[in-house]
Amino acid sequence: MKKIAISKLNDLFSAISKEKVLYIPADDGANQARFTPWQEGLTLTDKLNTVRSAKDLFFPQVENLVNFKNSGKAIQIIENRTEPQPFVLFGVRACDCRSFDILDRVFLSDPVDTFYKTRREQGVVITLACNRPTETCFCGVFGIDGADPQGDVTCWMDEAALYWRANTEKGEALTAALPMLTDCAEEAIDPIAAKIRSILSKLPLNDLDLTGFNRDRMMELFNSPQWEDLSQSCLGCGTCTFVCPTCQCYDVQDFDDGQQVRRFRCWDSCMFSDFTMMAHGTNRPTQKERFRQRFMHKLSYFPNNNDGIFGCVGCGRCLQKCPIHMHIVKVAKALKEDLK
Amino acid sequence: MQERLKQKALELLENGTADRILGWKIGEFFYDLTPAVFKTRQEIQEEFVYSPFAGANLSKYLIAESRKGGKVAVFLKPCDSYSFTQLLKEHRIWRENVYVVGVQCGGMCDMEKLRAKGCEGVLSVGEDGENIVVETLYGTNVFPRAELLEDRCITCKSKKVVTFDELIGEQGTELESDRFSQVAQLEAMTSQERFAFWQKELSRCIRCNACRNVCPACSCEKCVFDNPGSGVRNKAAADSFEESLFHIIRAFHVTGRCTDCGECSRVCPQNIPLHLLNRKMIKDMNELYGTYQAGADPDTKPPLTDFTLDDEEPSIVHTRGGQ
Amino acid sequence: MKHDPLIPMLGVVTAIRTDTPDVKTFRVTGADGQKPFIHIPGQCAMLSIPGVGEALFSITSSPTEETYLDFSIKKCGCVTAWLHQMEVGQQITIRGPYGNGFPVDTELTGKDLLFIAGGIGLAPLHAVINYCRHYRDRYGKIDIVYGSRSKQDLVDFPEITEQWCKESGINVHLTIDNPQPDWDGHVGFVPNYVKELNFDTAKTVLMCGPPIMIKFTLAGLMELGFSREQIYTTMELRMKCALGKCGRCNIGDKYVCKDGPVFRFDQLDELPDEY
Repeated sequence: MKKIAISKLNDLFSAISKEKVLYIPADDGANQARFTPWQEGLTLTDKLNTVRSAKDLFFPQVENLVNFKNSGKAIQIIENRTEPQPFVLFGVRACDCRSFDILDRVFLSDPVDTFYKTRREQGVVITLACNRPTETCFCGVFGIDGADPQGDVTCWMDEAALYWRANTEKGEALTAALPMLTDCAEEAIDPIAAKIRSILSKLPLNDLDLTGFNRDRMMELFNSPQWEDLSQSCLGCGTCTFVCPTCQCYDVQDFDDGQQVRRFRCWDSCMFSDFTMMAHGTNRPTQKERFRQRFMHKLSYFPNNNDGIFGCVGCGRCLQKCPIHMHIVKVAKALKEDLK
Repeated sequence: MQERLKQKALELLENGTADRILGWKIGEFFYDLTPAVFKTRQEIQEEFVYSPFAGANLSKYLIAESRKGGKVAVFLKPCDSYSFTQLLKEHRIWRENVYVVGVQCGGMCDMEKLRAKGCEGVLSVGEDGENIVVETLYGTNVFPRAELLEDRCITCKSKKVVTFDELIGEQGTELESDRFSQVAQLEAMTSQERFAFWQKELSRCIRCNACRNVCPACSCEKCVFDNPGSGVRNKAAADSFEESLFHIIRAFHVTGRCTDCGECSRVCPQNIPLHLLNRKMIKDMNELYGTYQAGADPDTKPPLTDFTLDDEEPSIVHTRGGQ
Repeated sequence: MKHDPLIPMLGVVTAIRTDTPDVKTFRVTGADGQKPFIHIPGQCAMLSIPGVGEALFSITSSPTEETYLDFSIKKCGCVTAWLHQMEVGQQITIRGPYGNGFPVDTELTGKDLLFIAGGIGLAPLHAVINYCRHYRDRYGKIDIVYGSRSKQDLVDFPEITEQWCKESGINVHLTIDNPQPDWDGHVGFVPNYVKELNFDTAKTVLMCGPPIMIKFTLAGLMELGFSREQIYTTMELRMKCALGKCGRCNIGDKYVCKDGPVFRFDQLDELPDEY
């Protein structure tokens, strides 16, 4: 265990950013936080979490895959990808850190997505325990501990100091390069963790119960009469999808810039009406089917294929941001009623 | 107020005026209300809510609801009633299938503002005169209600319910509002400053389409941005100009029909002040063609679909070309 | 630099055959003139024209063809319209093969096979039929029921009449929807014809065609006494990555591009009816 005085945080950030690009959650001037490349003067946000999740750093909203040049009958394939530079992601919350495990299961399974993989290899994840969990937090439902998050390095903060524990080889290597971190006793974080746990134990959504969302209940969940009511006000926008740390569906499109054709990948949402549109129609013609797909994927399909791990980490972003507040907690509770 | 609305909903259902009620449904917390159709007495008694967090404008749902047969009763706040009336004017809502109950509104509260005050872990709210009392995991906070009002409510343009079958509470009047002052501030900027302002704001756009999908004026069966043949890329910033174009095209398309209900800014997950684009268009229209408020009545023609020989012919090419 | 599975390779269209008014068959090799990759019958490949789009097509040729891949493609959307107007020598991009394919070397060996196809649905089955013809002694009797709207809409008509129909151990049953002057064969819809032919239930069925044909033919086969475990079909949904990641072709806990496109009906019964 290491530590550094809060007053010296700037030195720490400065030292890290000498070697690698450092992202920290900082206020963006619009009453919200986002991961921002650190530069002199940038300070940590007071906000609990960023509006856009940390997945952006590994799976950006838009990225170029390859370019083409068409001339007559000939096509030239121009592989112009730029390899990501090493970077450090500081201040990731426990929920977002778990989301990387979920994204890994998609992108690192065969065939491996090399764009994602190289970013994962280049990124060092430093998590930060959640001093002030909020009412929309329910990471505990998924066995995530906001008082002791995972990551290459785990950090805790109190008024006086930042405590630092390297968990992986990557984390150790980074720690070794930061002499301003001084040794301290393991117990130093105990009072912080205890305080966090006492708040976590009082969170109003702790009662969310997902037992019974098993493979053998998949069709029962799919056919639940609840979907009609749950989806009736859904606007069909992509807010929930785009703020979600685990949503990873994407589209591949071509853009002709006049010189070359750029083939890019961008986030997509199963909530959008054109998501499954084919020349002869769509297999999910109404918002009910599209809405159901999103929640079935998180609560049933994904866990069925991934050792029971749900495709949700309880970060609460969709609870705060859905324009009509129809979020995964409401959906899961309504479905659970049906399973009884 | 909530009790009066509930009683009214029950009464309308029971006396056969409506066979279903469009209102706001209780959530996990006091603030996460969802628009919902209530069909039974029990649903209304247990789940119907009207509170300072019932910000959602229900009028757009009536495009679909009014076509479903039977009669739907709906609660409309003053600003919602402008959207409703505008949709009537555009023949998008089947009026005969809707029973409108107008409700007065003291301004809606904004959870974002509560959170901006450092209020996290909120569990409940109570009203104490003009104060809002917030219980949180970390203690009790008291704020003047005015400090928690949504921006659109601070510059409320009207407390008048334009179209209704009955009213709960007093009919209100149009208000003197300084809602164009922020637009005037933008106009006072140099074009570079203004460009920088919008560049910064729109750079946060994540193309979720929430602004479009919630907008009562965006009622096209198929949006041009969803048409793969249109040449625009609806999901991605293929070039850095895309997000700005999306919002500017949308602002143009709703000009003369936008009632300034403010839903676009309310739902934006990235807190982009989208309503300012629409207000700029409204302000320009007012200055060019005389004051006009979309949705203020069911009959008048919006300036852009009307024609007189004296019409202004504003031309950026003309004025900026220095001719 | 790592090569990502989303990055295609170059292909060249070396021959184009017009099969029907709206179906053409494209012969594709790599830029080096070699076959781009080795596939299993029923597998698919992503073809694209940069700037127009990328789409998944089933490979029509048998893996036993050593120098090329064939794709029989019906004109129905953006990408297919572009493919239909191109000329020999055109370069395209190709990546694959994708999907599971039919179990030609396991579950199907030694079986009597009944192929049922409607319209362009013959495309994926064509690869299996020619594979079975190549390794004829590995399979039992082969019956092929193939129907289309008209004689002109039968894909691969010359190959069917001049080769398949003339081989012993293969019975071809062609049908068209409506009578026409130069047709002396069967007239009527595929589902009814299958029932009329009254096949014995010892056969394993491979079926592909429009959803409405699948629905009624399946019902007919059930009436004849077939079980759902005996019947295979191949599915088509919108796909972008074909790697089981982009989420588009997700049905229940399966991805059609990766876990399919070939499914037995008893497997489909366990999935949501969303296709």
